[in-house]
Formats: sequence, C-alpha cells, structure tokens
Amino acid sequence: MACEHWSDKQGADKQSAGQLSAYLDGELDPAESGMLGAHLRECAACAADALEQVQMKRLVQMAGKRYSASPELRNRITRSIAAKPRRQAGWHWQILAVPALLLLIISQAVTFYVGRDAARRQRVYSELADLHASALASATPVDVVSTDRHTVKPWFQGKIPFSFNLPELQGSEFTLLGGRVTYLAQAPGAHLIYQVRKHEVSVFIFQDRIFGDRGEETVSSSSGPVSVLSFNVENWTQGGLRYFVVGDVAANDIDALSKLLRDAH
Amino acid sequence: MKVPEEPVSAASFEDLALPLFDQLYNFARWLTQDTAEAEDLVQETYTKALRGFSSFQLGTNFRAWMYRILRNSFLSSRTGLRTTVTIDGEADENLLAAESSTPESILIEQADRETVQQALAELPVPFREILLLCEVEEMSYLEISETLAIPIGTVMSRLFRARKALRDLLREKIKGGRHGV
Repeated sequence: MACEHWSDKQGADKQSAGQLSAYLDGELDPAESGMLGAHLRECAACAADALEQVQMKRLVQMAGKRYSASPELRNRITRSIAAKPRRQAGWHWQILAVPALLLLIISQAVTFYVGRDAARRQRVYSELADLHASALASATPVDVVSTDRHTVKPWFQGKIPFSFNLPELQGSEFTLLGGRVTYLAQAPGAHLIYQVRKHEVSVFIFQDRIFGDRGEETVSSSSGPVSVLSFNVENWTQGGLRYFVVGDVAANDIDALSKLLRDAH
Repeated sequence: MKVPEEPVSAASFEDLALPLFDQLYNFARWLTQDTAEAEDLVQETYTKALRGFSSFQLGTNFRAWMYRILRNSFLSSRTGLRTTVTIDGEADENLLAAESSTPESILIEQADRETVQQALAELPVPFREILLLCEVEEMSYLEISETLAIPIGTVMSRLFRARKALRDLLREKIKGGRHGV
C-alpha cells in the first residue's frame, strides 16, 4: 500500500500490499475488512491505490472475456455427454458409455450359456450397437446432413450397391438427421440417424445376402424389438434388404420407426 | 460472484458440466492461444471428466475440479510443455518489498481492451492463468488453490506478481505506442 501508517499499524510482518488485494478480492474476514475499509475512507493515498487496483481488475475482467466457442464444438460435446450418468447409477450408465466393449464381453459370456447361434446373433447386434455408439460419439455422426429424405436417399447413389425408400415423417415424432455409409461383414450399407425426443436412433440397411445362407439363424427376423443390454433392436427383411433399428429409446419407439420404414415400400 | 461449493449428490454430469462450457473454452483458448488446440483441449476435458465422474468426491468443488482437469491436460500437451515456465522463489516473495507503486490511473485510462488482451497473451502462463481465474472466473482464493494445486499463500503471492507483471507490460506497451506515433 502506498502509505506508511497502515503498514505501521499492522506491524512490519503483515503483508499489507497483499492485504489490500485480498480486501478487493473479497477475501478478508469481516473484522479485517472493516478495519481496512475504515482506513481507506481516511487515507487518500491508499484510496487512490485501491481505486487503481479495482480499475485494473475490471480491465482484466473485460479483456479476459474474449473467446467464444463454435456452435459445432458445443453440439459435439453436448452430444458426447448427453443423458450420461446420474451419479448414483454410475455403474449402469458406464455400460452405456462403453457399449462396444461390454457387449463384446457379454457376447463372449453368451457363447458359453446360450450356444453358438445366439452368440452369432449377439455378435451382429453388438457390432451394430458399436456402429451406433461410435457414430454418435464422432465429431461428424452423419456425412449427409439433412432432414429431407429426398436429399438423403439420392446421396447414397453410387456409394452403396442398392437403393431403398425412406418414409414420410410428417405427423410422427421422428426427425431425420442424416446418413452415412457404413460397413458390416465387409459389406457397405446405409446408416441413417433419426431423432426422437432428443434420443438418436440408428437405422442400418444392408443387403440380406451378406448374412449368409443361414441368415435366419444368424439374425432371426423378429416380430418385435429385442433388448440387447440397454439398446432395443428390431430387424426384418424386406425386398432383399435387411433392416436394423437400434437405439436406447423405448421398444415402442423402435417399433413405431420400424413400422414407418416398412410402410415406405 | 463467488460460487459456493455445492453438494452434487443428485446431479448428473451433464447438468453440472455443460453450464461451464463457455468459460472453459475461453480459458482453454487463452492457455493454448490457438482455436483448434483449445477445441481439442475442451473436448479432452469433458471426456476425461465424464470418465472420472464416478470418482469425483461429493462435496468438493466441481468447477475447480473441471478446471484442474483442463489445466492438467494442457500442461501435458505439447504446447503446454513448451510454454510452461516455472516461477522461481515464489514462496519467499515479500510483498512489502515490491509494493510502493505509484498510482497509475493515467496508465489505466490509456489501456484499451485490445492492449490489455495483448499484454495478457504475452504474460507467462502461470501469471495469465491465475489472473483469468481470479478476475474473469471470479474464483475465490480457495478455488484457485484447488484448481492450481498450490497453497493459498502461493495464490496470493502469485496473484500479486502477476498483477505487477501485467502493469509493467501495459506500461511498456503504452509508452512504446506513444513513441511510435
């Protein structure tokens, strides 16, 4: 501080300059704060010093609020942490955070208990769950960003060896976010991402023949959604194509989207 | 605004972490001095924090915890390793010795936002970060000490030195500017 008598009053061992800063930073206890406040009202030199420090603080505060992040980064991070742990339910949500690994472990366990066919089915599901989770965690979940099916569908032309129809979503709860090319068993397919109440649902479309002659055994065409850990999966074959609908939403949402897709033909 | 340490028993990670996004990015951008690096750093911070959330101690300061993760990630990054300088003799700093600065309201009047930003960017990282935490994030000394993992006494002496370094740099810039005209 600029004046001698404050230092004298406090004794030479007090760090009085630090004390003024602490006072202005709101860090002094009420008693010390009261004393210093009273001193500042009497001493012009210290008051000028304090004023200057306050001005400096304000300058740094204004100058320091300088950068704002891009909306893309915010979206990316929001997506990557969305609907993640309630603290008490930590273990449960960690399963969602690393679905690929756990599904793999579970699928190993299933081999022992349920037999090979079920394990094979589980493997396809876990691979799809993996594709679903990794796409959502990616910086660019979709390569064609559009809510318009008439934009998304043609985008796949020349990229995958088949064509498909997408449903009209007017009046439904679903929104199309876009699509990307994906691979399963070394074969290309379409990966579409839909949104329903802030949840993303993946739709995968592959040629049915990539699942082999025993396709029905490998992945049975189910009449309703199957629950694979936290994900619900529904699949069916239509016009030589195998459809999978995967997401962490309720089974009836998976069912509703599946119905829309089936009716698109 | 000093943020009290709130218990986070029933809160989700998203509820706690997302409101800090803008300020974490601003801080990351100041540390890295680069947009792409700042984006990576913020992303890394959220990923690490989400992973470590189950080990986050209830009742401790969540904001300080997030900033500490960000800062540690920065320090172990290539830029962080390159830019970090240690401050010698910090604990022994006698604040009385350095104190008799004359009032510099003229200096402050002439320091516009841009000049202060330039000066902040030129400060060594330990000075820059502590000024940002104190003035921009308005953290308490306790929060700063948790974030930087240093004792409160060191927070006070480093703040003092950082403020002095900033003033010196500003004075230099303003004088330099005047000569240049």
